[in-house]
Amino acid sequence: MNNSFLLDQLPQIPVSQWMNDFINWLTQNFSFLFGAIRDSGAWLMDGITELLLVLPPEVFIILLVALAFFANGKKLGLPTFTLIGLVYIYNQDLWEPLMYTITLVLVASLLSIIIGVPVGIWMAKSKTANWLITPVLDFMQTMPAFVYLIPAVAFFGIGMVPGVFSAIIFALPPTVRFTNLGIRQVNDEMIEAAEAFGSTGSQRLFKVELPLAKPTIMAGINQTVLLALSMVVIASMIGAPGLGERVINALQRAQVGPGFVAGFALVVLAIILDRVMQGFNKAKND
Amino acid sequence: MTTKVEIKNLTKIFGKKERQALELVREGHSKEEILEQTGATVGVNKASFKVEQGEIFVIMGLSGSGKSTLVRMLNRLIEPTEGNILIDGEDISTMDKDALRKVRREKVSMVFQNFGLFPHRTILENTEYGLEVQGVDKSERQKKAEKALDNAGLLPYKDQFPNQLSGGMQQRVGLARALANDPEILLMDEAFSALDPLIRKDMQDELLEMQENLHKTIIFITHDLNESLRIGDRIAIMKDGEVVQVGTGEEILTNPADDYVERFVEDVDRSRVLTAENIMDKPQTLRLKQSGPRVAMQRMKAENLSSMLVVDKNNVLRGYVTDEDVLEAVKAGATELQTILRTDIPKVSRETLVNELYHIIHDSSTPVAVVDEHDKLLGVVVRSLVLGALVKDQDREEETINE
Repeated sequence: MNNSFLLDQLPQIPVSQWMNDFINWLTQNFSFLFGAIRDSGAWLMDGITELLLVLPPEVFIILLVALAFFANGKKLGLPTFTLIGLVYIYNQDLWEPLMYTITLVLVASLLSIIIGVPVGIWMAKSKTANWLITPVLDFMQTMPAFVYLIPAVAFFGIGMVPGVFSAIIFALPPTVRFTNLGIRQVNDEMIEAAEAFGSTGSQRLFKVELPLAKPTIMAGINQTVLLALSMVVIASMIGAPGLGERVINALQRAQVGPGFVAGFALVVLAIILDRVMQGFNKAKND
Repeated sequence: MTTKVEIKNLTKIFGKKERQALELVREGHSKEEILEQTGATVGVNKASFKVEQGEIFVIMGLSGSGKSTLVRMLNRLIEPTEGNILIDGEDISTMDKDALRKVRREKVSMVFQNFGLFPHRTILENTEYGLEVQGVDKSERQKKAEKALDNAGLLPYKDQFPNQLSGGMQQRVGLARALANDPEILLMDEAFSALDPLIRKDMQDELLEMQENLHKTIIFITHDLNESLRIGDRIAIMKDGEVVQVGTGEEILTNPADDYVERFVEDVDRSRVLTAENIMDKPQTLRLKQSGPRVAMQRMKAENLSSMLVVDKNNVLRGYVTDEDVLEAVKAGATELQTILRTDIPKVSRETLVNELYHIIHDSSTPVAVVDEHDKLLGVVVRSLVLGALVKDQDREEETINE
């Protein structure tokens, strides 16, 4: 044991106790709110998944292949990969978990964008906001992802909603940072031109800054979607359904085969998501 | 003449110890002293002048002289530290945001050095921007923008994006955009500095032509004395943030206010600095294989020329033909230029100084061709261009002798 007489004079600071108390206080006093979010969120996401499952797999595959075809400048590589990948997933009996995972990623990403873009704009416009929020983002990105699962369970119990909650916390920072960066990077002469013709603040933002920052913001959103995907897998530990659930099950029973099958399905999904988004971003910039 | 724009004691200080530096400015200390004592940079130092209605007022200075800061204070893209800006007697420097926005929308437009066009908007959308932010409805603002583009000869390009146009055309769009909301005052910040010399001259001519019809009040920033002399009704010379002299080009050349202006003017001794590249014109050429004597005759008639340069398909200079030879050839029924091609044409490189050109052109009956190292034709210099470039210089020397 390392003992230091000097440092031992200081009694242990009850950081974990404070944190517990804080989360308990939140849970008790806002349970009506968390309850409402949980119930409506679960209802919404179940609805989306069911909707996706109503669609015949063939139709879904054709739609995604077409999307890949147009996203990637009408080249054949990505659509072929999409076709083979999705057929593989169906073939391995992973279609339903895939739909759950897609729902979770979709909802988590959309909410991250809805929250992240305005926060990024605010940071770009206000020095104070930038100064305050930057360390929060650092914190969100460096804290091990698993830690977010604990308060998520405390607030929302287990299932899809806490999964999305922790995914948002984990996936939000890139959208915020890239939005901030994109707006700050807009050429001074563009800003001067906007100002010199008498733009109001919001005209300048919507007519000049956001359109010019769009490629950078899209790069951030791309990152957010991929991070959301990885967090959705981790969130299976607290009962979020989907492909991650299969991976966790395989892990708990030390089954290499099923683990690989489900893991590979996730890789396929990640590649399709990433390339389709990049393709669209590139096509729009040219 | 009525005063359109007046600035009084306009001062801008960049840096932290603004108040302390301002005190020193008031006491009349120089930029360097203030930088040393406070660490603050004086961008503009108690500048005062008046700009008359309908004149082209040039503000000239080297980089770092504060001219760009000064022009940006006129529409408060940069906030003045002290001093007043009066437009039609109204003080811009104390206006609230809404009033200032109204001035920017209706009275003062700006043209930028790197054109300042929005890359995500088409030429038409760029041109209508000023009207769009005013809330003019779509059909009306498009009509006005199209008219502005039409005046600049750019209407066919309205659906293209800025990066599809050459620099000169982009700046024409910049100018059309500034004129679309019919402002009274144009601020032009080094508007032609990013363009190459021939295009630049064209743009200067176009600006002068436009000014004859529109009579805007134009405040034009440049670091180029030749440009100032060419377009400026009056010129203000800036150094270290101070306005050191205001006057017509003639006054500044003949009567420099201090050593600085004198050195500036000397540095730009026209014949010694100007090279063939600066004064050359676009050549009227004939293609050796494609054009015959009849084409040559037609074009010489149309352009009123006595001789024309002949190039091959790679634009390499092959010689020239004269009007007399062409006429003979047409009469004789010849179909090729080869037979009447003359090759005794003087060639110079783009770096040839105007002084040397003077001697070459003096002994030549034809224009002088400016070519690159592979004999490709770049431009042509005729006698009047060389003389024009030299005349001002001669005047000055004579005056010095008379004194």
